[in-house]
Amino acid sequence: MPDSLNAWQLIISGDAALYAIVRLSLAVSLSAVAIAVVVGLPLGAILALTQFRGRVALMVLLNCFMGLPPVVVGLTVFLLLSRSGPLGVLGILFTPLAMVIAQALLVVPIIAALTRQTVEDLWREYRDELTAMNVGPAGRMATLLWDSRFSLITALLAGFGRAAAEVGTVMIVGGNINGFTRTMTTTITLETSKGNLPLAMGLGLILIALILVINAAVWAVRAWSEQRAG
Amino acid sequence: MLSRLFFALTAFAFLSFGSVAAIARDQSIVVASTTSTQDSGLFDYLLPIFKAQTGIDVKVIAQGTGQALDTARRGDADVVFVHAKEQELKFLEEGFAVKRYDVMYNDLVLIGPKSDPAGVKGTTNITAAFDTIRIKKARFVSRGDKSGTHSAELRLWKEAGVDIDTAKGEWYRDIGQGMGAALNTAGAMNAYVLSDRGTWLSFKNRGDLEIVVEGDKRLFNQYGVMLVNPDKFPTAKADLGQSFIDYLVSAEGQKAIANYQIDGQQLFFPNASRDAS
Amino acid sequence: MQDLSSDLPLTFQNVALCAGATKILDRLSLAITPGAPTFIVGPNGSGKTSLLRLCMGLVAPSEGSVRWGGREAVGPGRLAMLFQRPVMLRRSVAANVNYGLKQAGLPRSLRKARMEEALARVGLLELADRPARRLSGGEQQRVALARALAREPELLLLDEPTANLDPAAARGLEEMVLMAAQSGVKIVMASHDLGQVRRLAGEVMFLVRGRLCERAGAADFFDRPSTPEAAAFIRGDLVI
Repeated sequence: MPDSLNAWQLIISGDAALYAIVRLSLAVSLSAVAIAVVVGLPLGAILALTQFRGRVALMVLLNCFMGLPPVVVGLTVFLLLSRSGPLGVLGILFTPLAMVIAQALLVVPIIAALTRQTVEDLWREYRDELTAMNVGPAGRMATLLWDSRFSLITALLAGFGRAAAEVGTVMIVGGNINGFTRTMTTTITLETSKGNLPLAMGLGLILIALILVINAAVWAVRAWSEQRAG
Repeated sequence: MLSRLFFALTAFAFLSFGSVAAIARDQSIVVASTTSTQDSGLFDYLLPIFKAQTGIDVKVIAQGTGQALDTARRGDADVVFVHAKEQELKFLEEGFAVKRYDVMYNDLVLIGPKSDPAGVKGTTNITAAFDTIRIKKARFVSRGDKSGTHSAELRLWKEAGVDIDTAKGEWYRDIGQGMGAALNTAGAMNAYVLSDRGTWLSFKNRGDLEIVVEGDKRLFNQYGVMLVNPDKFPTAKADLGQSFIDYLVSAEGQKAIANYQIDGQQLFFPNASRDAS
Repeated sequence: MQDLSSDLPLTFQNVALCAGATKILDRLSLAITPGAPTFIVGPNGSGKTSLLRLCMGLVAPSEGSVRWGGREAVGPGRLAMLFQRPVMLRRSVAANVNYGLKQAGLPRSLRKARMEEALARVGLLELADRPARRLSGGEQQRVALARALAREPELLLLDEPTANLDPAAARGLEEMVLMAAQSGVKIVMASHDLGQVRRLAGEVMFLVRGRLCERAGAADFFDRPSTPEAAAFIRGDLVI
């Protein structure tokens, strides 16, 4: 990244390196959220709707994992994926895939815990009616998840926020490799340590703007849908 | 319709990172190097040239020297390119590499505040300067991260006859981070810090700092490159890694290194020889 | 819809329902048979809601047994229930009714027609595409009724469905319940409103403190109550 240009100039000139970094950041965070949705939504719904031994323990664990220190997750994934680690044969350390996996681990607890709370609350309201209509367990999960979709969107945004803002994990498992695993947050860290503070700040503002735009867009879609669905 | 939007977003995400992953799949090697080398900008200059010639992508993981060597010991790098000869020789002895090549050297400089509280500015005797700093208890930032620069700093304390572990006090700030962070910290607290010239030249946040001591032969900083032993790690990319090393020590590679300048100053002085050490 | 054997007569044999140490229902034995609407009345806390929930199979008795047409488990689809506060799913009115039909096992090809017919019966066809949660209380209750009736239940249980409605909406709902009764659906309804009971009931079950105090045809119950509690209740006194 050229030092002397400031961030704004880079945007205007359509600097390829900057756009690649932005694209990678979004790709990694969005992929992590996608995985977290696939894993976390059903997990949260199951926790809300079924009784089993150890359910309370699992709930407490999940809630506590929401606050997992990212660097610890990063270090754990690093040790797992290292060539000398158990999953080393996959050879995915220092690749975007490793970053996605690590961030997914951070986002899943958030989405699962928030889903559980949301579905549990709605189940209290829907319980009699759904039981009276003889809705089976799978149907309940699907109906509750769909009917609480607007609250779940907030959970998704929370998860996305955590992923997009994260730097420690992606630094460790990605290696901050120029052109391959460098994201907005790791670039900001790097430029800061090189003393390019104006550039780092500019990139920071771009990142904030990006997150703002995504939040606003999702909010708009949600408002419009809510209008239509009541 | 919401779900359709969501799927579109996810597809975009996967495609984007899929495309990045695709690039990384084939001709690439991982080089474990140091933050000072990266911060100097040498790789940004050299690697595109190398790629144009050979089509090989060089992925640089920049850490402290100790960390870089450990990364290689775990098999997560194909080549190491660092500047701490003692640690490199140990690495060689342990069998993690078969051969070590000299590549280039640059020098270290003592950075300090313009106000020069220890009064060491202008001397060419680095160990005397260190001792004076200790006596005057002037603030000093140490990288403390097993890096090449940190090893050099420790070596200089020893040569100055100072047992830094007992002598250190409130004036000695061990931050456990890279060169850029160390310079930032020194600038913020008006402290002395040992830096490599390359990082200093590209460092933008100088505050009140300037070079106070330079030129002492003991500030000479030798860079070495090693291929990670393919016998230890069969998955390491030995051929591609060796191509990179061959380029670095070749006439053109050495010339390219010499041509790298910041503000009109040459940073690195190539000194590869035919023999390995 | 599957052709199942009947869930009536619905019999309670010595049923008791406990919540912790409290007995909500005590030694209840009764049978609900096809015919005119049966109304369940009684002071607050007498167990009306619990009785209905046992009928629906939402809760199991602590003692005794509940049988539907002689069977231990309630067959799917032949029973429907309306609650005091209707629960509308977060989708359109039509989708709500469709949901009920889907759960009852009606094949997709038949659903649309049945749904429209049900909505027409409760007079809500023009609101079919409106988000169900946006409707007024009375309209929502009508959607719930449409959803219930669309499944062509044998037995329709209602737990004080007009308690939260204004008189006009209550009247509207009463008319529809009456129409359903006339088309052969057995109605079992809990009510607080003696006027409503007089208007609609065929027979009355009077509960006091979880016990079936009196059971009689509507006219007999109101004109010639055989228990002092019933007499007091009809008069409007508080029955402790």
